[in-house]
Amino acid sequence: MSKTILEVKGLKKYFPISKGAQKGMFVKAIDGIGFTIKEGETLGLVGESGSGKSTTAYNVIGMYGATAGKMTFKGEDISQSSSKRATKFKKEIQIVFQDPGTTLNPQRNVKQILTLPLSIHGMIDKNDPEGQLIQLLEAVELPAEYLYKYPSSLGGGERQMLAIARALSTNPSMIVLDEPTSSLDVSVQAKIINMLLKLQKQHSLSYLFITHDLSLMRNLATKVAIMYLGKIAEIAPVETFFAEPRHPYTQMLLSAIPVISEEEEALKQTKITPKGEIPSPVNVPTGCSFNTRCPLVREECFVNDPIMKEIASEHFVRCHLI
Amino acid sequence: MNNTQLMNNRQERVVIKRDKYENIKKAWYKFSLNRMSVVGLAIVCIVIFLAVFQPLIAPYPEHVGAYVNFKGASIAPNSIYWMGTDVFGRDIMSRIFYAFRGALTMGIGVLAVVVPIGGILGLIAGYWKGKWISTLIMRVTDVFLALPPLILALCVCAILRPTLFNSMMAVCVSWWPWYTRLVYGMTTTLRNELYVKSAELLGASKRHILFREILPNCLGPIFTKMTLDMGWVILTGASLSFVGLGEQPPIPALGTMVSDGAKFLPAQWWIAIFPALAIMVVVLGFNLMGDGVKDMLSSEE
Amino acid sequence: MSDKIVDVRNLHVWYRTFAGQVKVLNGVNLNVGKGEKISIVGETGCGKTTTVKSILRILVKQASIPKGEIFFNGRDVLKMNKNELKKLRGSGISMIFQDPTMSLNPVFTIGSQMHSVIKYSGQPDAEKKSVQQELAVKALKETSMPDPERILQSYPFQLSGGMRQRISIAMSLATPRDLVIADEPTTNLDVTIQDQVLKILKDRVEDKGSSLILITHSLGVARETTDRIYVMYAGSMVETAPTGELFKNQLHPYTQALMDCIPKLSGGGVSEGIPGRIPNYLNPSEGCRFAPRCPKAFERCQAEKPEYKDVGSEHQVACFLYY
Repeated sequence: MSKTILEVKGLKKYFPISKGAQKGMFVKAIDGIGFTIKEGETLGLVGESGSGKSTTAYNVIGMYGATAGKMTFKGEDISQSSSKRATKFKKEIQIVFQDPGTTLNPQRNVKQILTLPLSIHGMIDKNDPEGQLIQLLEAVELPAEYLYKYPSSLGGGERQMLAIARALSTNPSMIVLDEPTSSLDVSVQAKIINMLLKLQKQHSLSYLFITHDLSLMRNLATKVAIMYLGKIAEIAPVETFFAEPRHPYTQMLLSAIPVISEEEEALKQTKITPKGEIPSPVNVPTGCSFNTRCPLVREECFVNDPIMKEIASEHFVRCHLI
Repeated sequence: MNNTQLMNNRQERVVIKRDKYENIKKAWYKFSLNRMSVVGLAIVCIVIFLAVFQPLIAPYPEHVGAYVNFKGASIAPNSIYWMGTDVFGRDIMSRIFYAFRGALTMGIGVLAVVVPIGGILGLIAGYWKGKWISTLIMRVTDVFLALPPLILALCVCAILRPTLFNSMMAVCVSWWPWYTRLVYGMTTTLRNELYVKSAELLGASKRHILFREILPNCLGPIFTKMTLDMGWVILTGASLSFVGLGEQPPIPALGTMVSDGAKFLPAQWWIAIFPALAIMVVVLGFNLMGDGVKDMLSSEE
Repeated sequence: MSDKIVDVRNLHVWYRTFAGQVKVLNGVNLNVGKGEKISIVGETGCGKTTTVKSILRILVKQASIPKGEIFFNGRDVLKMNKNELKKLRGSGISMIFQDPTMSLNPVFTIGSQMHSVIKYSGQPDAEKKSVQQELAVKALKETSMPDPERILQSYPFQLSGGMRQRISIAMSLATPRDLVIADEPTTNLDVTIQDQVLKILKDRVEDKGSSLILITHSLGVARETTDRIYVMYAGSMVETAPTGELFKNQLHPYTQALMDCIPKLSGGGVSEGIPGRIPNYLNPSEGCRFAPRCPKAFERCQAEKPEYKDVGSEHQVACFLYY
């Protein structure tokens, strides 16, 4: 039974609106979520724009501090923002962002980019610093000649692999990946995902993986959580999530995936056409936040906000219909 | 294992060298796309060359000092004195070449002081925008921006003795705020870039973030402004020496030569016009270069 | 041939850079029939956007077309003058871009932008404000936009990404067009909105009898929206077939590898990807550009460039394995 690395309970993150007509109100990016990630596990976080999945990732990595709730990493509290956390967390938890073009400084070459985290945490091998970097490059299958290149002369996939090498350099226990392959071609994505899975096995890494590509999630995650307007609608182990989703939103999303073969069409959920638009996270509807679009909505859904219920082992759903 | 590493190291050094040359060639290509910038660069190079090698090139280098020859005074441009002589019989062309020295010294000296100081203040104010240090720096900057450079220089030189050094100091005092403003503006945007946030999340020190992550990305506009500023500072310097501040006679200064010669317009026009044209050519050269510098440093692939 | 809306033959496009000529397009062959919906599927840098920009003649000034022909409705596009091109872009072809923030001007209302589009389309009575408004409202209604009159008075920043993209579609179909080109129109949108937008695009194009060129890097999107697919690699078409046929039977090794890389809903892990990088366009080889990465390549592939060969049921491949 592997141990729990990250535990999140009742996490809330509100952003105050400082100007305009809605001054004084809050954007409720995350409004009370909870999950756990075990060693060597991948938790997939899925959701549309405004669901709060990126905000969750940014809270875990420390770009924001939590408004309420608690996050524990290996038993220690990390609810504050990164600048207030102990240095050791900055090497234990790393992040890979979506767009490698903006996460790598165009004025710094590969050697400088990779040396930075090592020098901050005093991990440079004094006998052979270059050899250490070459080994890192080899781990992500980049050639040693790239050491003095600049990000602008690398392709999108290679830049992302460099970002992953940077994240790996400090031997972290957990990596947060915010849509790392969404802006890349399918063949490059395959290469990177393969590499991530290999590295996960080698180093017992835990991943918090965010993507909107459900087919990818199917092949990557151990557990999947789906978010809507700042709350988690359903969490389940991956096979259950795809085979027996219980929340109407999950079913709706799964029915909209573009697939490439007849067999896959058969695996998809029956098509549910969404009604209406996604409400703004400032004006979350009372009751269940999905009530404006849910095809199975009832009276109760406009009054009470459903609570998370465990309906099977490790399978949680938040819906009045269950 | 050792052998492969040694080989790798040698390979890498070759790779670095190749990269350096490639960068320079690429930079030149981008710069030279604009014909006028190349013209500007040529002008500036000629001016620098004339200034540095003045004793060897000028036909009458001794006319720079306390030389008097009333027999040869106020001669119009001819084959002996290409730009004519002034009231003391001194060759105007040789004096202009020498005066370029003062002009360039002024430009380089002022910028060498103003850019680092203004830049660092701008970095600090921009990164900590919203905190008291930033507000303090920017309000002080606003105050200094309101001071007119020429009048300030007049006051400073009136209090101290008028020399090149003092007028340079005076110009510095009123010039640094522009760089603070420029760098402040860029830093406030750049500090939100994901690579800066990544560095923060990795735990990098503030010094590293300011000087290694943010500053290298500001260099483009800074260098462009510096190129154009060379022209402006030289012009300001000429204005100062026009009113008698700056270098004192007999050392030639472009502004002084213009003001001395202004009395003799339009009859002995060459005494004032050639120095004025010289000022114009120098400033023009730097301005034309500025466009090319901007193209060269912009990262359009 | 004359019933083809677009006919691109052996198109070569080069870009001049400081390092030399970048030979992006290496003999592109493409045609679209009247009312036909095709998609160009390929990865970043393969030249899909360059191809459609050539059809509209909106390439950058460093680009040159050393070889090849482009015909639109039988007329030679490469020989058109400024006025003819204006008409082409005003009423013949319309383009929907990937990023709706780029094609919608942020300082004008949606209404004024749609009015301009209608005004220059060469429609009868297009100068009359009332006609413009009427057509604009109609176009928005057709893309299932709620409350069209209010939308017309809004600015782009007040609307969501999905709405802006639907407006782009409405703008491009507000007046009858022979051809609509959509360049990755749904890449930045959520899955459910993407589904909605593609369906609207497909339905509206069918209603008006226009032809469609859809550019995408997702085979799944191509499958759901178009009748025929062109697979593009490194500057030329490697395979083309009607949608159903292509998914049943991939012939070119690149197409096979691409299909393989797509994560399957049935699970089963992720494929290894395709080894190597896309070729350097500065000094490309004379042979097949996919050869260095092809698991089935042999000697002839490095030396010669394979031609397009017909292999039956409207299926064409450019690969020496088939001749």
